[in-house]
Amino acid sequence: MSGTIYPHAVGFVAGDRPRIVTDRFQYHDAHTMERFLATDGYKGLRAALAKSPTEVHDEVKGATVLGRGGAGFAAGVKWGLTPQGVWPRYLVVNGDESEPGTYKDRLLMELDPHQLIEGCLIACYAAGLSQCFLYVRGEMALAQERIATALNEAYAAGYVGKNILGSNFSVDIVLHWGAGAYVVGEETALIESLEGNRGMPRQKPPFFPAAIGLYGKPTIVNNVETLANLPWLMRNGVEAYTAIGTATSPGTRMVAVSGHVKRPGVYEIINGTTTFRDLLYGDEFCGGIRDDNQLKAFVPGGGSAPWFLPDQLDLPFENKLVSAAGSMLGSGAIIVMDDTTDIPAAALTLTRFYAHESCGKCVPCREGGTWLERIMRRIVDGHGTERDLDQLLEVGEMICPGAFPHAASERLGLGAVPFPYKMTTICFVGPSAYAPVHSALTLFRDEFEAKLVRRNLIPVTVGAGDDPH
Amino acid sequence: MARLNEANAVLAKEIIGRYPRPRSATIPLLHLAQQQDGYVTDEAIKHIGELVGATSAEVLGTATFYEMFKFEPVGKYLVNICGTMSCALLGADELMHHAEHKLGIKAGSTTADGLFTLEHAECQAACTEAPCLQVNYRYRYRVTPADLDKLIDDLSRGRLDGEIPPHGTVARVRQHIPSDRAVGAVAPEAVTGAPEWTPPSPEAKK
Repeated sequence: MSGTIYPHAVGFVAGDRPRIVTDRFQYHDAHTMERFLATDGYKGLRAALAKSPTEVHDEVKGATVLGRGGAGFAAGVKWGLTPQGVWPRYLVVNGDESEPGTYKDRLLMELDPHQLIEGCLIACYAAGLSQCFLYVRGEMALAQERIATALNEAYAAGYVGKNILGSNFSVDIVLHWGAGAYVVGEETALIESLEGNRGMPRQKPPFFPAAIGLYGKPTIVNNVETLANLPWLMRNGVEAYTAIGTATSPGTRMVAVSGHVKRPGVYEIINGTTTFRDLLYGDEFCGGIRDDNQLKAFVPGGGSAPWFLPDQLDLPFENKLVSAAGSMLGSGAIIVMDDTTDIPAAALTLTRFYAHESCGKCVPCREGGTWLERIMRRIVDGHGTERDLDQLLEVGEMICPGAFPHAASERLGLGAVPFPYKMTTICFVGPSAYAPVHSALTLFRDEFEAKLVRRNLIPVTVGAGDDPH
Repeated sequence: MARLNEANAVLAKEIIGRYPRPRSATIPLLHLAQQQDGYVTDEAIKHIGELVGATSAEVLGTATFYEMFKFEPVGKYLVNICGTMSCALLGADELMHHAEHKLGIKAGSTTADGLFTLEHAECQAACTEAPCLQVNYRYRYRVTPADLDKLIDDLSRGRLDGEIPPHGTVARVRQHIPSDRAVGAVAPEAVTGAPEWTPPSPEAKK
């Protein structure tokens, strides 16, 4: 298989493709100030400071830098949503990567922390943000150490803090640690956590962070990978950026492919044009399914995403097309299942995750997630009944009323229901607990039925329809 | 039972000073307390409340939300084995069973010698390297049962002391903002105007 592997960048596979955020991964000392400065480091910041904040903001808008955290909202547009004349404004960096299947932000924080810092500075300059909080997931010890070291170096060298590079641009970047809670990856929960509270999401509206965020002030929450794009954009310009990928999804994306493939890995791919088939079977990517087994299904965008069947392999990595097909690209995480996979058991691992991570604020998620987990556990353990399958769907209906998105399948005669769904919860944790259950049950109902207790195997002498259960 | 010691109390004040409101330092200070004692004590919770201007109940309320904070002693090494989908597809359950046998305890408990606590963990963001685990938040990738045996032996004999600090310490490097370079945190209410570098009316051009 083609592609280069670096021993210090565990999981990352470099290919012969444009590299916007992972270019320095080739150096074992990419995290040091010395290497960073020797490889165009902080030149993007210098380029930005040579322009007015408005010009920088317009460039980011013009380049359509889409958010890489999950929702795929354009960063430049997000920055423009802050209300006029309200100060201070904050930047909160979401480095709480914990969506099942997702592994990219940690690499960016561990291997190239200065690039992230530079991205934060460019965002603060453009959007008038006077303090930046870099929220790193609590369990990521190495990422915290690397960022702390990088920040200490950057402060000493005058890249962060008062009067940056002799200009009138001043901003503090504060490294903040999480302490283990998936839901904190949701932006309003992140803000709650940063205020020192339990990380429970806030109701939107009115608590859109751009208007009412940290301490009730306008706050921009951006993902690590999104910000890591900015230094390259500033150095090379909008045209160079939009020349990669498609008009609606320009640039590149980091994607982690895990599960039953020959070479699981993190790849920086061309946005909008690379297809799932390229990724799973391409020689420069995963090189096919392990042991040359058949593909059964795959999760296209992190544990929260409805599943796809082999029918959808030729879809490109483009937000709108994937939504129309019944799922989402989310955080760039693909989990692959081959034909040996026990589908109900696999779905249970995800449902258990979301049930466990529910913050408990919304009843449908707190109670529904637990119910879904228990029923799934019962079925997987061989104690389920026909009634349990209906009950799974009933509980799901309480979390997400109406049609739940799913993929089209010629084999099953199903048409696609587009993403997103309706929901009775504040955030996506509740629906995410249901997504794997719904996908597995819709697409592989026979596997659930095969696990049910067959009570009617007991010989009965009375009418055949009198099953007491 | 311990409040933050003198050195940590100084550090705590430095950390609080970085935030526009002291309460934002709650989680960093809980980490500091856990680093000092290996777990978060009642006294430390009280002390943190005094430092950030919150009641003990409020600090405890925050602390109990987050899985990393422990309220009773745990082993010197906290072994977290991931069991979410990518790892589960590649043998996480078998690895957990093996670990339970090797250590002679069930997940969620601590060995009698106080050396190991075994926990079932959720996704650790190393999905391409499944199955994975963390020891005191240091990663081990593509772990086989034989790897796990060796890891446990190495830890028992202190061979990894340099790489893996005892439970409580997460990052060994801290951020320090030099006073001559710091912009300084200002209470949000005290900010009245736009930052200096922004144009007079940044939104005018639309």
